[in-house]
Amino acid sequence: MSKRATREAFGATLIELVADGVDVVAVEADLSKSTTTAKFQAVHPSRFFNVGIAEQNMIGTAAGLAVAGKVAFTGSFAVFATGRAYDQVRNTVCYSDLDVKLAPTHSGITVGPDGGSHQMVEDLALMRVLPGMRVLVPADFNAARAALILAAETPGPFYVRLGRAAVPEIYDASTEFELGKAYVLREGSDVTLAACGVMVTEALQAAELLAKDGIRAEVIDVMSIKPIDIETITGSVAKTGAIVTCEEHSVIGGLGSAVAELLGEYVPAPLARVGVKDVFGTSGDPAALMAHFGLTSEDIARAARGVVERR
Amino acid sequence: MDQTSMVTRIDEKARQMRLDIVEMITAAGSGHPGGSLSAADIVATLYFGGVLKHDPERPDWPERDRFVLSKGHAAPVLYAALAEAGYFDREHLTTLRQLGSILQGHPDRKKTPGVEVSTGSLGQGLSIANGIALGLRAEQNPASVYVLLGDGELQEGQVWEAAMFAAHNHLDNVIAIVDNNGLQIDGACADVMHLGEIAEKMDAFGWAVFSVDGHDPVALLDAFEKVSEVDGMPVAIICKTIKGKGVSFMEGNADWHGRAPNEEEHTCALDDLGCATGNEETANV
Repeated sequence: MSKRATREAFGATLIELVADGVDVVAVEADLSKSTTTAKFQAVHPSRFFNVGIAEQNMIGTAAGLAVAGKVAFTGSFAVFATGRAYDQVRNTVCYSDLDVKLAPTHSGITVGPDGGSHQMVEDLALMRVLPGMRVLVPADFNAARAALILAAETPGPFYVRLGRAAVPEIYDASTEFELGKAYVLREGSDVTLAACGVMVTEALQAAELLAKDGIRAEVIDVMSIKPIDIETITGSVAKTGAIVTCEEHSVIGGLGSAVAELLGEYVPAPLARVGVKDVFGTSGDPAALMAHFGLTSEDIARAARGVVERR
Repeated sequence: MDQTSMVTRIDEKARQMRLDIVEMITAAGSGHPGGSLSAADIVATLYFGGVLKHDPERPDWPERDRFVLSKGHAAPVLYAALAEAGYFDREHLTTLRQLGSILQGHPDRKKTPGVEVSTGSLGQGLSIANGIALGLRAEQNPASVYVLLGDGELQEGQVWEAAMFAAHNHLDNVIAIVDNNGLQIDGACADVMHLGEIAEKMDAFGWAVFSVDGHDPVALLDAFEKVSEVDGMPVAIICKTIKGKGVSFMEGNADWHGRAPNEEEHTCALDDLGCATGNEETANV
């Protein structure tokens, strides 16, 4: 199975969007090689703007380009694009409801050796709470491409969470996403595994492990964290009676919180949140970090057995 | 229109805008009179001195010049100009800051005709102006982007990120105007966080810089005229102003950064601005 990082879709998809007639520009903050916006720059130099190491200015400049009618994507790493420029994202992008599409890379702990300062596990919480912001977390290269196209073609602010680590491919190249839709990748009747990003692969592997125990897990890719697919998620939980959320993000404020809100309002059921347990990241290779933070398929399977017992 | 007539027109518009500023902030019971009054002559020159190419009948006219009020708390000066220009009915002015009003406490592009971008969180307007300027340039659109900043606002680091960016990208369609009234909420800028020589700083950042009296329409018109002669670099116009200009007891007093006049103060303010108050009939000055 081929593996590619979701970030690799960034520059490539922007090139594709221009070819399709979308008036796309990219504003980067000195990380064009890492985010792959350099590939876009190479093809469309007049549509690429590097602000240097100045993330607040990156967001503000993108906002101005959007005011002038462009679809403005921004780069940088998730930790800087959301945290350092939060007020710019809130007050200038979202409050003005502009066509700015944040697609920072290097989200989550799979950033690896750079360590906790660079491993952003609070971004979904920060972005999800902003009025008007739509939050997408693609699981593989083709999903990232589809998410970026969806963001470009839908008016208003978007956050598309991209990663550094190469991940197995789940979706085919013709994949298209619908805003606010979750995708059932495997049907089951005993427990729901709701995952996003790199954790979708882990959840699918967990479903295999659970099958060996005779537990039939339903796996849902919650690509759209906001708006969230209430119907698909609550429908699945109504059927299975228990759910595990799986995210490479803090258990506070991201997918786990979003699902907990739905359960509380619509279908109270046992829930376990697999994610980073309110701590910062640390240096290590991505696979070792996944194990260290309890984000592997084994961790998900263990959590699933737990919620099944609590049904 | 010859220059004398133009200056008379600007002075009259600025006086009306100052009256509107005082009236709307008094009606609202809160707001920022000091920095609105200090910028009144600048904004009047832009909107009524033939500087800003705009058409209230066509707020979306693609070739209009854009105005960004980076010091968003001075919203009343912008609202006064937009109402005077005819972007919306003057009746809205006294709804400032009330529930349901098109006139929010700080500019909101989604609610107010003529407002290009929402501002209020300081330090962001120049970045936005640069982005608009890049977009205009990409379309070979000849329009310019005027952005008004406060001097205290220059303490925000993002302003200098944006200042570098504008010069690096040769954005000669960006004109940054600094309302240099020397005061901020906590007191004199020089005491709170000394700005140094603003003109020298902008010059060092690669901008063409003009320093003028921000209450003199002749000087302002002259500076805006010179902008067209600048090629390949952004322009900064540093306007020396007096906070609260036009209302004697507000002038040069940081306490009037962000509070509304009471009834007595309101009366005094209108007197200062040459407007008859009370019941007696007085000829319009």
